[in-house]
Amino acid sequence: MHELIVIGGGPAGLAAAYGAWRDGLRKILIIERDKELGGILNQCIHTGFGLEYFKEELTGPEYAGRFIKLLQTTQIETALDTMALKITRSREVHASGKQFGYAVLPAKSVILAMGCRERALGSLGIPGTRPAGIFTAGTAQRYINIEGFMPGKRVVILGSGDVGLIMARRMTLEGAEVLACVEIMPKPGGLLRNVVQCLHDFNIPLYLSHTITEIRGSKRVEQAVVSKVDEKRQAVKGTGFAVDCDTILLSAGLIPEIELPTAAGIKIDPKNIETSAPGVFICGNALRVHDIVDNVTTEALRAGSAAAAFVLSEKIHD
Amino acid sequence: MTNIICIICPKGCNLIVSENGGTIGHSCARGEIYGREERINPVRIVTSTVKISGAVHSRIPVKTKTHIPKHLISDAMRLLDDVELTAPVDEGFTVIADICGTGIPWVTTRGM
Repeated sequence: MHELIVIGGGPAGLAAAYGAWRDGLRKILIIERDKELGGILNQCIHTGFGLEYFKEELTGPEYAGRFIKLLQTTQIETALDTMALKITRSREVHASGKQFGYAVLPAKSVILAMGCRERALGSLGIPGTRPAGIFTAGTAQRYINIEGFMPGKRVVILGSGDVGLIMARRMTLEGAEVLACVEIMPKPGGLLRNVVQCLHDFNIPLYLSHTITEIRGSKRVEQAVVSKVDEKRQAVKGTGFAVDCDTILLSAGLIPEIELPTAAGIKIDPKNIETSAPGVFICGNALRVHDIVDNVTTEALRAGSAAAAFVLSEKIHD
Repeated sequence: MTNIICIICPKGCNLIVSENGGTIGHSCARGEIYGREERINPVRIVTSTVKISGAVHSRIPVKTKTHIPKHLISDAMRLLDDVELTAPVDEGFTVIADICGTGIPWVTTRGM
């Protein structure tokens, strides 16, 4: 039986596993659905990671690489291309993948490190048609940085979260024209440094207190109608203007990915790495969305230590 | 006087830099240096990807090894257009040795 199973091999999962190893656990398994460790950091090729934790400015892949190398100095096991399908309150993990087919893996402790998802078009309620050319910013990021193709040429970005700002710059550098970044709130959603180095550096206009009120186009996006909003975030009539574009990127918030604990009836308090199930811990963006990865690392190391303390104290009781 | 938002860390301090380079509004030493430099010679680390064959993905990420002048960003990007690497490639591999006479290379940011 594993002393610890970590679900997710992104920055939270890597640091959680390492934290538990450092504190004395030896039978640790990381379950990762992708073909490699590192999670979202692999597609975050920009710099700005690690200033707090490593005191250096690293790119996403470099930051992930530091932890992947650290794990190679341990005997922590990883199951790649493997999906965790279900967990139970009694710390059984149901997983499916090439390594062991469908398996029910019992563990003395579990750390949930599944990260988060982007808010998609369906939850934004924008009137108009539903043509091709609408992506979440993170999807566009994967297409460009990992798979190597451009999702569009004339782009409007809805929302000013960090991923959207980063993608405004990235698409500009790759030759696209980013016509507008549209934010419904009176201030930007992302970090100020990203507004400066991703929008200001490339003269990309940021429309605060504005939103997209209509998407036009039959097969492919043809226009986005951008309107001013009032204090109640309602569109002000007569302020709309149409922007000719073929692509709309959505950067309208991130949502913790917690289907596994929810389905098991395990309750989560966003301020606490302990869940309602003894020996089941949660950290990183699955617990709450963090602005910077360094904070994810610190929290995940703590979760790793907590899992180790739980398992080692159970041992004493045995 | 120039108003500059510091991009060194996520805080985003509002800096005011005077003609002689004197900076106020910073909350660390790095911010003070950034303000002074940003007014006279703005620089950035640029990141992108290049083609790679025989690897797990079809692109490998790269960065300018250190900061390059901001006005060279688009020229630096163009240097990558025709590059194609073949796996295996280590992290830190030099892709382009000299970006536009700066002596600064494009290097890979992961192995693949």
